[in-house]
Amino acid sequence: MLKRKNTTIPLYMDPWFWVKLIVFVIFALFLVWPFSSIITNAFKSTKVDGFTLANFQRFFTKKYYFGALWNSIGISLVPTLFSVVLGVPMAYLMTRYNVWGKKLWHVLAILSLMSPPFLGAYAWIMLFGRSGSVTTFLANFGITIPTIYGFGGISTVLALKLYPYIYMYTSGAMESIDSSLEECAENLGSGKFRRLMTVTLPVVTPSITAGALVVFMSALADFGTPMLLGGQEFRTLPVLIYNEYLSETGGNGNLASAISIIIVIITLAMLAVQKGYVSRRNYIMSALRPPKEIEVHGFKRFLVTLPVFLISFISFLPQIVVCASSFQHTNYSNFIGGFTFENYQNLGTRLWSSLRNTFSYSLIAMVFIVVIGILMSYAIVRKKGKTGGLLDMLLMAPYVIPGSVLGLCYIVTFNVKPLILTGTGAIIIISYIIRKLPYTVRSSSAFLQQMDPSVEEASINLGVAPMKTFWKVTARLMLPGVFSGAILSWVTCINELSCSIMLSSGRNNTLTIEAYTNIVRNSVGSGAALSAILTVTSAVILIIALRVTKGKIRV
Amino acid sequence: MSNEVIIKDAVKKYGDFIALKGVSLDIREGEFFTLLGPSGCGKTTLLRMIAGFNSIEGGEFYFGDKLINAVPAHKRDIGMVFQNYAIFPHLTVEENVAYGLKARKVPKAEIAPRVKEALELVQIAHLAKRKPNELSGGQQQRVALARAFVIEPSVLLMDEPLSNLDAKLRVQMRTVIKKLQRKLGITTIYVTHDQEEALAISDRIAVMKDGVIMQIGSPTEIYAKPQNPFVAGFIGVSNFLDCTVKKDGVVDIDGQLEIRPPLAKAYEGPAKLSARPEQLFFSESGLPGEIMFSTFLGDFIEYEVRLADGQNLIVNEYTKDTSEVHADGEKVFLNFDPNRISIYEAESEEVITC
Repeated sequence: MLKRKNTTIPLYMDPWFWVKLIVFVIFALFLVWPFSSIITNAFKSTKVDGFTLANFQRFFTKKYYFGALWNSIGISLVPTLFSVVLGVPMAYLMTRYNVWGKKLWHVLAILSLMSPPFLGAYAWIMLFGRSGSVTTFLANFGITIPTIYGFGGISTVLALKLYPYIYMYTSGAMESIDSSLEECAENLGSGKFRRLMTVTLPVVTPSITAGALVVFMSALADFGTPMLLGGQEFRTLPVLIYNEYLSETGGNGNLASAISIIIVIITLAMLAVQKGYVSRRNYIMSALRPPKEIEVHGFKRFLVTLPVFLISFISFLPQIVVCASSFQHTNYSNFIGGFTFENYQNLGTRLWSSLRNTFSYSLIAMVFIVVIGILMSYAIVRKKGKTGGLLDMLLMAPYVIPGSVLGLCYIVTFNVKPLILTGTGAIIIISYIIRKLPYTVRSSSAFLQQMDPSVEEASINLGVAPMKTFWKVTARLMLPGVFSGAILSWVTCINELSCSIMLSSGRNNTLTIEAYTNIVRNSVGSGAALSAILTVTSAVILIIALRVTKGKIRV
Repeated sequence: MSNEVIIKDAVKKYGDFIALKGVSLDIREGEFFTLLGPSGCGKTTLLRMIAGFNSIEGGEFYFGDKLINAVPAHKRDIGMVFQNYAIFPHLTVEENVAYGLKARKVPKAEIAPRVKEALELVQIAHLAKRKPNELSGGQQQRVALARAFVIEPSVLLMDEPLSNLDAKLRVQMRTVIKKLQRKLGITTIYVTHDQEEALAISDRIAVMKDGVIMQIGSPTEIYAKPQNPFVAGFIGVSNFLDCTVKKDGVVDIDGQLEIRPPLAKAYEGPAKLSARPEQLFFSESGLPGEIMFSTFLGDFIEYEVRLADGQNLIVNEYTKDTSEVHADGEKVFLNFDPNRISIYEAESEEVITC
């Protein structure tokens, strides 16, 4: 409890007052204001003056739009359930058994979660698409496989990409169950399965729902996958926002704004449901004795390893497929085999400009994210005050507002005076900061919460002023937490698509946008080469970071 | 500036909850002063107000004649030892100890010898280059001590510094602390909930309860003359008995025993008597009781004696004063030395014995 030092010191003398003020101003300017302008926008129309419900009326009466709502809910709910089915057993096996190659499967799970947003869809098209390699191979034998376009394919791809959220949230909770709890259940005569169903699972359920919420929100917000696999028939809300905005040329995106609000309402509703559920079941646990790994041998060990291997390998497969394909000859829109570097050689200047954009934008954003992240997490954990809760809430906002919605917000807000930013790299950087800051703040605050405040007090007590103590001791000690959060912020910045694609004017294209654009244009060779570069870059960063932090990166 | 600490009517509030209800203390220069009380009594709150980590809702805090209410924590020139040591984990032992000296802009040439001297005083000079995670609890404790006194503070504060150590080390370290404090002569304010530790280490003790000071005095005063039943019960073991003080100052216990203790004020009516187990003795007459249980503890024997009204009293009899152990079930009579018991008014709980 580090209260403000003395009642006699006025507010404006407290540096933390200014820190909070600056953070509020940033969020007000780049989140609250843009979002409120699309709210007003949604109730306007080019055809009528003043307030109108025309946009919503159009949305709910035309099947073209309305159908997308059901599609979106479907491709959010189904992957969520599917992720739970994959993630929970994997978490159980990984935390309780001596699975072979445990570390590798864990790394693969992180890598697939942090892969470019369109990569899964793209790889699946390469394999099982209309002219995919597996499809054509099987066609030789007269075998046809179910289509991967539409609902089923999108759900599968999203589940395989997002299940690691469930796996990580659940395994985190399973690791913190004190082993005496399960031993007690056993002691009371409960068998292994019964114990799992009556003690272990109920206790970790709040964490599973937290993971499920993140999966739901990510699937709902996903833009790359339905764009590639949805085709003309299967549209989701983020795709509609993008299309509507593009087609309403010169318009103010009134209908797109209305759709944005509908998405945000859905995410808020899910958030409320999850919070409501968890608030009644909050088990605070600290494992004095973390559960021990069960040693199994021979065939049994194979049995516990197999499911983990299958899940993590299949979800990682797209990255292998894309990298391997990038070395094949192409006849522009098809891979035709062989081995070549020509896809890379043909990239030319596009590669360098997109690489330069990716790294300059993401690194500039990282400077802000790290500085604001350190200050903000400290303000949230140690200087809560009356505004700490509000700060915490602002951090949820980027989860609730999908990238394409924020992109629209920025286009609508920042293409008019006083602040014209559209078409600049600055606006992409700002969107990175607002959307990816939470990773760093959450990781830093979690770390800070474990830190004993008396270390700071000792420094102040020894004569070092509070703010100097903060930079000299606290920030220094927080670094591991900041680092692991910042790595996630950075990698997700590099792979950001849904927001930056709306904000980019072509010459601001990042590697992700460039790769995606090439794939959509069916320029498969360049697409694969760019995707491979992107994937390998992210993987290298993550693997180095996992090495440095000894695996302490939590999503 | 003299290094006494004077606190006048200190008040601490957390919202509607009043944690300190106007506490006044006068801590002398060079004194080892302990704030003792159960958890939640406000002792740590008060210590943190002195250190400057808690806001002050009322009252005045002086170091010597200097009012320090508005002086920020880092300018108060106080050494502090924290409950969990609060060693900087990223610095070595000597860097930890040098930290405060550097902050005070002590010349470099002077820092090294002072750090060395401080480490030698707490007998860990050989660990100077170690990182905190390579130290045991007791060694970390010594680093925390050296770091606090090396800056030659006007006041040294200690917040339950021994509570994280095991029992044996605790006893050893409290002697280290006491001897060091004597040697350096730093005014020291020490917080603990352990009454035995407080008795062993302090020059004077303030016993606190619910944000109020119950008694201030030397360990012997507090033990021998508790000013109220709370202090009597909190420090050591006390037996409590209901009694009546008659007009002539005679104290009547249950109509079975009359004693005449020296009274400091005139009082008549219901009262409460407290007596330490070693101040009760078996005699020919007195309160009739029955031995329920006895524990032989080497230098004394502890008896549980049940009185006629069903109340149990603890009686200690020193082995050197007796030749036999009373058997369970034996009928005995209990008596007191009237000069060594305390009597309190039943209602106000104020002490009336001298």
